[in-house]
Formats: sequence, structure tokens, C-alpha cells
Amino acid sequence: MNERVKEKLEILSDAAKYDVSCSSSGSKRKNTKDGLGNSNGVGICHSYTEDGRCVSLLKILLTNHCIFDCAYCVSRRSNDVKRAAFTVKEVVDLTINFYRRNYIEGLFLSSGIFKDPDYTMERLVRIAKELRTIHKFNGYIHLKAIPGASDELIHQAGLYADRLSVNLEIPSEMSLKKVAPEKNYKDVYKPMNYLTETIQGFKEEKKIIRSTPQFAPGGQSTQVVIGATPENDLQVLNLANDLYQNQKLKRVYYSGYVPISEDTRMPAIKQPPVIRENRLYQADWLMRFYGFHVNEIVDDKHPELDLELDPKSSYALRNPHLFPIDINIATYEMILRVPGIGVRSAKKIVAARRHGKLRTEHLKKIGVVLKRAKFFITCADKDFKFLGKNPMLIRQSFVRPTHQKIAFNQLSLF
Amino acid sequence: MTLTYDGTYEGLLSAIFETYRLKIKPTNILPEDEWQNSFFEQPTFVATNAQWSKRVTEGIRKKCSQKTVSLLHQCFLSEQKDISMLIFDFIKKAMASPINISDNYGDDTVLKLQQIKKKIGREVHRMHAFVRFQRTKDDIYYAVIEPDFNVIPLLSTHFEKRYPAQQWLIYDSKRRFGIFYNLKKTEYISFEDDSRLRFRQLNKNILDESEADYQILWKSYFDSVNIPERKNTKLHLQHVPKRYWKYLSEKRQQF
Repeated sequence: MNERVKEKLEILSDAAKYDVSCSSSGSKRKNTKDGLGNSNGVGICHSYTEDGRCVSLLKILLTNHCIFDCAYCVSRRSNDVKRAAFTVKEVVDLTINFYRRNYIEGLFLSSGIFKDPDYTMERLVRIAKELRTIHKFNGYIHLKAIPGASDELIHQAGLYADRLSVNLEIPSEMSLKKVAPEKNYKDVYKPMNYLTETIQGFKEEKKIIRSTPQFAPGGQSTQVVIGATPENDLQVLNLANDLYQNQKLKRVYYSGYVPISEDTRMPAIKQPPVIRENRLYQADWLMRFYGFHVNEIVDDKHPELDLELDPKSSYALRNPHLFPIDINIATYEMILRVPGIGVRSAKKIVAARRHGKLRTEHLKKIGVVLKRAKFFITCADKDFKFLGKNPMLIRQSFVRPTHQKIAFNQLSLF
Repeated sequence: MTLTYDGTYEGLLSAIFETYRLKIKPTNILPEDEWQNSFFEQPTFVATNAQWSKRVTEGIRKKCSQKTVSLLHQCFLSEQKDISMLIFDFIKKAMASPINISDNYGDDTVLKLQQIKKKIGREVHRMHAFVRFQRTKDDIYYAVIEPDFNVIPLLSTHFEKRYPAQQWLIYDSKRRFGIFYNLKKTEYISFEDDSRLRFRQLNKNILDESEADYQILWKSYFDSVNIPERKNTKLHLQHVPKRYWKYLSEKRQQF
């Protein structure tokens, strides 16, 4: 066996792991009769690392040689690490053979910047092209759009990839300049804007001409590093909101800064801020699936998310005048706002109440977390009407039991 | 009165048809081989009747929807002890109701079935994720599973779509049958002697030369994407319960 490939794989997957995006869902690429792979619909996590993150794609860098010196990155020029580079053939071979054995959903390919952005981007595109055209690969491909690469190359990348991403990395330009002197927001936003427009353009065209080829059917995403720079949650979430609204991004990933760097430009922290990261994801979910506006989650008065309490409960306790609601008549939108009721439970409630009035025991069986929800709802048996109570007291009952246990653990998202 | 059937889904539907035909209220319906002898009662065996089972299916489709038809079939594959009676109860309620009852989560039978379906769906999804193929010398990609429920019949579509141009075989070593895709269609198969079929590495003589290399590469990939600073065993076990580790070559300690 080729020991060198194994070593490269170790170096270049180790360097890629701080990019947290790993989704393989949301694309619309159907397989052909003699092709390999299918990325139509739901994503699959084929394994989980010991830190509890999903492994769905072969996530590697093409190379970790880099001409930039960004303080937050392991592959920065000034860092003393082993360097390696894959050949196009090696990446293609690994992808195909891992996919055939059902190890992965596809490829996530990023790269350090060697020579110049176009040179790097051209190689990323070549790999995607070879997989799609020569090997008829219809699995998932996620490519990085390298800031500074030409529109033409970005365009080609979109024709072969399911999803593209440009990482903002640092949630404000001022901080970015401090830790990554060679980078600026303009360079990052340029490919992002190009992608937003082109994706939109292809979509419009597809409505008229059915044979329009696909262009990045999984959309684009980005990542911001949390806890490496002083931005608060208000700034981070407003940035995310802007990216969802204006850039039409599919996902914004929040990556708690892992203290990998002894660079003096970075803060010295002991533990990655995993709880803050988790709260940000919860807030992100509220914006995308629960119809919350960013101002309802954080505002000038409350610029930081409550670390002890999930953002939906905080919202409900700040707005006691909106509750309790009657489960049997309230709108779906309002039911979604009750702490302890998720999207699935809300849908089930709306479906089931057509058959008859719902009582507490029904809610319990449907899967509502009554421990939290009971303070904010009434139902057919009208057993409880707790909300005359002081929100501070309710807060305490939510926080107390698990307070100490969760101190340093990443929480599950679901 | 107790009815028994041959253990197939069509058999169950035939037995349910029989209750309508004879206008009887059964106290229990169960597969023949689950019947335990009793002094007080002799069960009535209902032979599978393709026409009857089809009529029941049509009835469900008309009263409810195609979705409900597959809901019941999926739940049947759970092999739970009381599943036959649960399906019978559901059909009785569905036929008596003027509207589709399959989203009435306030009803116990509906809720139980929906919960079973969720469990099955989860198991199917896990099989989509955790099946690991090994390539043999004669170019068949081969995997052994031991799922909690009888989900093999629900797996073929997914893998057919994914690997239409390679031969693959998935074998359930607990229920002793599998599916084999021969580049044209998927067929059920079973082996007289399956003692050599195991999760672990197959015999080297049968495996393709490169197979061991790719397993090692995959394992080293898996190890190096982990971030030790964020280790979280509780979450890890929640996602990959230990009973699935046997499928996963990357969780194996030795090669």
C-alpha cells in the first residue's frame, strides 16, 4: 500500500477539520443509469467522530501550503507544520473508492492558497470536473470558492459542485484585518455575490427553459469563527441574518475557536466556547425554521445570548404578555414560539386538533416537552395556568437542574 | 377467538379480511409460529389469499392514502409482539371513520403506529449510513447487517439508486436472508451455510487486493478528523450506539 498517500491523507484531513460544514443535504442531483452516487434529498452521516461531529463527506485540503498568514488558521505560512499536497488523481481515487464502500456521501474539497488564487481554484475545479465527467460521479461535491479567483473559474465550479462556500471566518472586517492582514471583506464578498447572482439567474432560467443545467443546486454556505475576536452575539446574528436575507445563503456555520494557535494575535483560551456555539446554532434555527426575526432574539438591550437558557425560552420569558396561548386555537406560528414545542410537535398538534380537542396527556404523547411548555400554554383540560408567576421564578426552575452538568459539553442540536 | 396466519404481511391482511367476512371479533391475531399451545383454545388458521389482501390494501388506500398503506407495511416489519393486533385495530378504526384518521395523533393506536414507524425509519436511515461494503475478488461489494427490525425489504431502492453500476449484496445475518443486486435487478437470496458471513474482514482469499488498504485509509482518515480538544463521548454514543460499532471498520481497534 502506498504509505505516502496515507500520510498525505492524515496531514490534509487534519488540516481541514476545523471547517465545520459537513452537510450533504439539499441538493437535487439524481443518478444516471450507469453512474455512481446519488445526492437527491436528505443527507446521511456515515460516522461520527469522538467529539460527536458527523462524518458525511471526505473532507480534505488539496494542499496545506499557503501564501497567507492568518492567525486563526493551522495552515498559516508562519506555522511550523508538515506540508503536503494531493495530486488530482489521488483525490479522485479516494473519493470514488470511499464512496463505493458506502463510507461517505461525497467530497468536501478546500485548499491552502499556493502560488495564487486562480492556480488553486483551477485545480479544485479540475477534480470536480473529472469526477463528474469521467467517473460519472453523482454524489455530493462541496468546493471552496477561493477569494480572489476569477469569476470564470467560480462559474465552472458551480457547474460541477453541489454546494460552494466562501468563509468569512471573522465576524467583522476590523477584526479580520487584525488577525489576517492579507485579507479583507471585499475579496470574500466578491465571489459570494457572484454566486448569489448566478444561482438566482440559473433558477430563473430553469423556470423558463427546463434543460438549463444545474448550478450549485445545494446553494452556498459560509463559516464564522466564534470567540477568537471580540464581536458579540448581536453582531454575529445580525451578520448571519444579513447573509440569509441578502446573500440567500443556505447555511451559516459557527465554529467555536479551538485554541490551536500560539500566535500572539489570538486570545489565549483554554476551552473552545462550545456552549456559546450551541446557543448561536439554536438562534440560527429560530431564524430559519421558527419564523423569528433576529431582533426578537437579540437586541441592544440583550446583545448576548443567555448561556444558561436556550434563546426561545429567553424570548418567552422576556415577553410574558404573549402567553399563555390555547393549544387548541392558536396559530401554527404562535405554537412554534412555545418553549418545549418543536417543528414536528407543532405540526402534529395542528393536524391532531382537527380530530378533537387536545388535552395534556395528548401533548405528552405527541412529544411536547411539558416541563418547559406547561408555563406557556393552556389546553382542553385547562389544568395549568402558571404564567401569573414571576418569569424570574420560571427561569430558575429551567436553569437549576442541569446548570452544573452542561458546563463544558457541547450540546446536541436536536 | 384467535386467528393465526403464515407470518407474511399478505397473510395478516388475509386474516383481517376474514374477520370482516365472518363478522367476528378476534381476541388475538398472530403468526402461526408465535402461537403457544393452550388447553382452552384452538386457534383458527387463515390461509394467505392474494385477492383478499389486495382488497384490504385497496380499502386502506381509499379510506386513507397511499402513505397509510406503506405506514402499515413498515410497521409490520417491526416484528413487535402485538403488531398484528395493532394493525387490525387501526384498520377497524380507519374503516369505521368517515375521514382519514392517520394523522389523529390524539388516538392511541395511530400514535403507537406512528411511533413504530419512526423507529423503523430511524433504523433504515442507520442502515443507509452504517452499511460498509467490502469488495471481493469477483467484484461484488458485500456487507453484513443485523438490524433491530426486519428492514432489508426497505433498503433496496436506496442502494439501487446509489450503485446502479456495481454488484452489491447486503445480508441480514440475524434473519438469514439478504438482497443481491446483479446490475439489472435486486433479488432476495439466502445461503444454506452462512457461517462464514461475518462483520469482520472477510477471508483474504476472497477479498480484492486493494480492500484492506482502503479500510486502513478510511480508519486513518476517521482518526485524524477528530478534534481531541472537543471530545464528547456522550454525544458520540448518542449518535453511534455501541451495538452498531460492529458494522464500522473505523471503530475497529486492530487490523
